[in-house]
Amino acid sequence: MLNVGKIEEGFVLDHIQAGMAMSIYHHLQLDKLDCTVAIIKNARSGKMEKKDILKVECDVDMLDLDVLGFIDHNITVNVIKNGEIVDKKKLHLPKQIKNVIHCKNPRCITSIEQELPHIFVLADKEKEIYRCKYCEEKFDKRNL
Amino acid sequence: MRHLMNPLDFSVEELDQLFDLANDIEQNMGKYAHACAGKKLATCFYEPSTRTRLSFEAAMLNLGGSVLGFSDAGSSSASKGESVSDTIRVISCYADICAMRHPKEGAPMVAAGKSGIPVINAGDGGHQHPTQTLTDLLTIRSLKGRLDNLTIGLCGDLKFGRTVHSLINALSRYENMRFIFISPDELRIPDYITEMLKDKNIPYEEVIRLEDKMPELDILYMTRVQRERFFNEEDYIRLKDFYILNKKKMKLAPSDMLVLHPLPRVNEISVDVDDDPRAVYFKQAQYGVYVRMALILTLLGISVD
Repeated sequence: MLNVGKIEEGFVLDHIQAGMAMSIYHHLQLDKLDCTVAIIKNARSGKMEKKDILKVECDVDMLDLDVLGFIDHNITVNVIKNGEIVDKKKLHLPKQIKNVIHCKNPRCITSIEQELPHIFVLADKEKEIYRCKYCEEKFDKRNL
Repeated sequence: MRHLMNPLDFSVEELDQLFDLANDIEQNMGKYAHACAGKKLATCFYEPSTRTRLSFEAAMLNLGGSVLGFSDAGSSSASKGESVSDTIRVISCYADICAMRHPKEGAPMVAAGKSGIPVINAGDGGHQHPTQTLTDLLTIRSLKGRLDNLTIGLCGDLKFGRTVHSLINALSRYENMRFIFISPDELRIPDYITEMLKDKNIPYEEVIRLEDKMPELDILYMTRVQRERFFNEEDYIRLKDFYILNKKKMKLAPSDMLVLHPLPRVNEISVDVDDDPRAVYFKQAQYGVYVRMALILTLLGISVD
């Protein structure tokens, strides 16, 4: 079995749905950070069978919890200091997200208006449905 | 500052106030003849819609105000590539209130975010057309005396008709409503509407033939079944007559049922129905002017004693 070592300072995102780690990597814009990132895919998990894990060695304040909550609010966020877990951050569904996903409706004003931010708002908390603020097109999470 | 983007922007109580005002305008037009003297309405129509634009302009002129604007994108700065945000900032310097129609969904909302004056959504693509919904509600309330305890039949293209979806959403806020959706399979009401009704425990039925349900209706809201919506010509020919309202079908309806239509009517209501007192679609166009007058006054914060 593959072993990835501990990190000293940063965060570990655990219980990521298998296959979603790269999507989270991009949406959190980790590719723009100059720090160590370990992407573990298809790790064995008791409750999920398979899961992904992300380990990022950076200041935890650099993590956008809203983006993470939008993608999957069941992810466990462990904050690491001196090699130990010092905190677990609780994720929630953000009321709105800005410029994380783009509206795919060709009839939406976002398709032509210059520099208009793409904003999605939480329309149904129970069903976890987000809609474009402008045209109300539903976002399909399978497109993440 | 208040804008109107969606018919649900106003609470049921606020709508009651708006409709009371519209009914007062109907009864006392002279009292409001100078209410907007010195005020200007800009009609920014990025796509042609003669009826809606003229209704807005008539409303402002009835209030003693003036109108300016453009009636298609080709004659506006949009043809030079100006954004909606920039256009509304400029229009805000020229007018006191703006009615905007745009083919892109959400454009009036973008305008409202940058505007120095109230913006009314006069139709944005297939998304919303709130003043049509307010017109429909005012017509029903004025002629039926209530917006609750009604059985409403909606007939024709229930899949793509935005006026139908908006009206159902707006009426679902009132007590004891029952909906009957009359359409061919191809043009059935979308699932998200029926799910919303189920969530709110509002009864509804879906049927194919108009005649079957006519005796039960308080309101019949007609829409056009367009040939291009069908997958094949055979189905269109087989079904189109189901959705044409004529004198014979009107005989099945209660004596106090009302027929509404957002217009333009093409052939879905025979002209021989026009003389029936239950056919109120032209009155509906008149109520459209009253409700737009009430809306302009409300958004400008003008009250007339």
